[in-house]
Amino acid sequence: MSLAAPARKKQQSSTRDDGILLDFRDVAMKFPNGTVALHGVDLTVKRGEFVTVVGPSGCGKSTLLRIASGLEKASEGTTSIDTGRIGYVFQDATLLPWRTVQDNVELLAELNGSRPRERAEKARAAIELVGLGGFEKNLPKQLSGGMRMRASLARSLTLDPELFLFDEPFGALDEITRERLNDELLKLFAEQQFAGLFITHSVSEAVYLSTKVVVMSGRPGTIVDAFDVPFPMPRDPDIRFTAEFGELVGEVSHALREGHH
Amino acid sequence: MSSGESVASTAVTPREAAMERRGERQRRAYARSRGTLVWAPPLVVAVILIGIWYLGALYYDRVQGLAFLVPYPHLVLKEFFGDPYFSPSLWQDLLNSTEVALTGLVFAVVIGVVWATLMSLAKWVERSLYPYAVILQCVPILALVPLIGTLFGYEFPSRVIVATMIAIFPMVSNTLFGLLSADRSQRELFQLQGASRLTTLVKLQFPGAMPSIFLGLRNAAGLSVIGAIVGDQFFQRGTPGLGVLIQVTTSRANGAGTFAAIIIASLLGIAVFLLFGWLARLVVGKWYDF
Repeated sequence: MSLAAPARKKQQSSTRDDGILLDFRDVAMKFPNGTVALHGVDLTVKRGEFVTVVGPSGCGKSTLLRIASGLEKASEGTTSIDTGRIGYVFQDATLLPWRTVQDNVELLAELNGSRPRERAEKARAAIELVGLGGFEKNLPKQLSGGMRMRASLARSLTLDPELFLFDEPFGALDEITRERLNDELLKLFAEQQFAGLFITHSVSEAVYLSTKVVVMSGRPGTIVDAFDVPFPMPRDPDIRFTAEFGELVGEVSHALREGHH
Repeated sequence: MSSGESVASTAVTPREAAMERRGERQRRAYARSRGTLVWAPPLVVAVILIGIWYLGALYYDRVQGLAFLVPYPHLVLKEFFGDPYFSPSLWQDLLNSTEVALTGLVFAVVIGVVWATLMSLAKWVERSLYPYAVILQCVPILALVPLIGTLFGYEFPSRVIVATMIAIFPMVSNTLFGLLSADRSQRELFQLQGASRLTTLVKLQFPGAMPSIFLGLRNAAGLSVIGAIVGDQFFQRGTPGLGVLIQVTTSRANGAGTFAAIIIASLLGIAVFLLFGWLARLVVGKWYDF
């Protein structure tokens, strides 16, 4: 199913033929107070890739995402984002508590000036996709944390993103809910064909979700290592218990420890 | 008295005292299930208070011989409806004071919300204007009342000015607090879609500020009633309200009239408080627990 929006100036699709949607070269971030959050970061995300950044807390991985989304401007280096269709999922669900699930999911299309009927349809489709069908009329306070995150995902899906940015979206959820949502996200990744850039501090979540895991060091954050994840999509949840999976998690964890010194 | 006390001891159970200490939610659920138990205790207290009042009235009447100082409750009750000379003016004065209070409240709400909205738009506006909201709160408005009288006369407009000045601060501070309370990530959500200041204000900040605005409204409403009565008392001239009535009855040693006017003024304050509490729950109660 497609949630494709009519092309709009601010929602232009990628035009590059090498498939690179995000291209960071030697990016640094220095805040006015002198803190150096990022330093010498090279990062690309191609169509069909799901890249996860792992790193210790405070290493600037969220800053990386904020630069990618345009919320912050890098103080050095070149950043090129080759699509206007960017989804952004925050750490918390950021639903508006006075709006129903339906109205919350419609919000972004509403802000983009989409017509009521068009955005209602788009929202309904996105709500179905994340498995929240039947909860359209509920208010956020009547939902569990996992369901709120699903609504938040649905809200971004209405933009039909080519590049999907995730800022530790499942960090506050319990283990079981988190694994369920990881599976849902992989399913969406396969169906919706977006490229993903995902921030987390859970190594096993990173390996399970991604086609590539990037390891960052502590502040000032820089990329110290990168691992291709060879497991084919769609992934069986049980690959988490295979020796190969464990081995890769071990390697990433090791790189993370090395970078921490 | 003794029968009243025994009723009280059976009605206020330890369980209920514990419920009282818990959240509003459980208490409301409890209220639904045991309606009479919730209403009974304050009612019993009211009966006890009226009993004490009768005793006091009896003392002033029989022992002191100054019955007008503390009139019997039933005589006060008679002032509300049964006194052809007093009752009509009591209700007319209530109407006048209510009109002053509500008009003052409307001005306080409009000016307060606009003032707070301007301050929420830019830090420099907030820095320029907020001190004056605080000053307005600190100035003893009562000290200004005579001046307002000489400047603007002693009629309706001056009374409204006093009510507005007393009621405005909670509107300004609560609205501003509400408008600024949107989460950073919620603001960024709007920013990422390129939403304008106005759109963010209308779709994010104002809806999010509603609970806070309603709390301010409830406080401001109570204060506007105080402002109406106090202004009235100071001016002494122009169309009288409950403030003048209280002073006139006191100076004429009409104890029953004074008590009736005070009770009516209190009921007005309570009514306004309940009205706006109810309105708040009606408008934002669905998503916000007061």
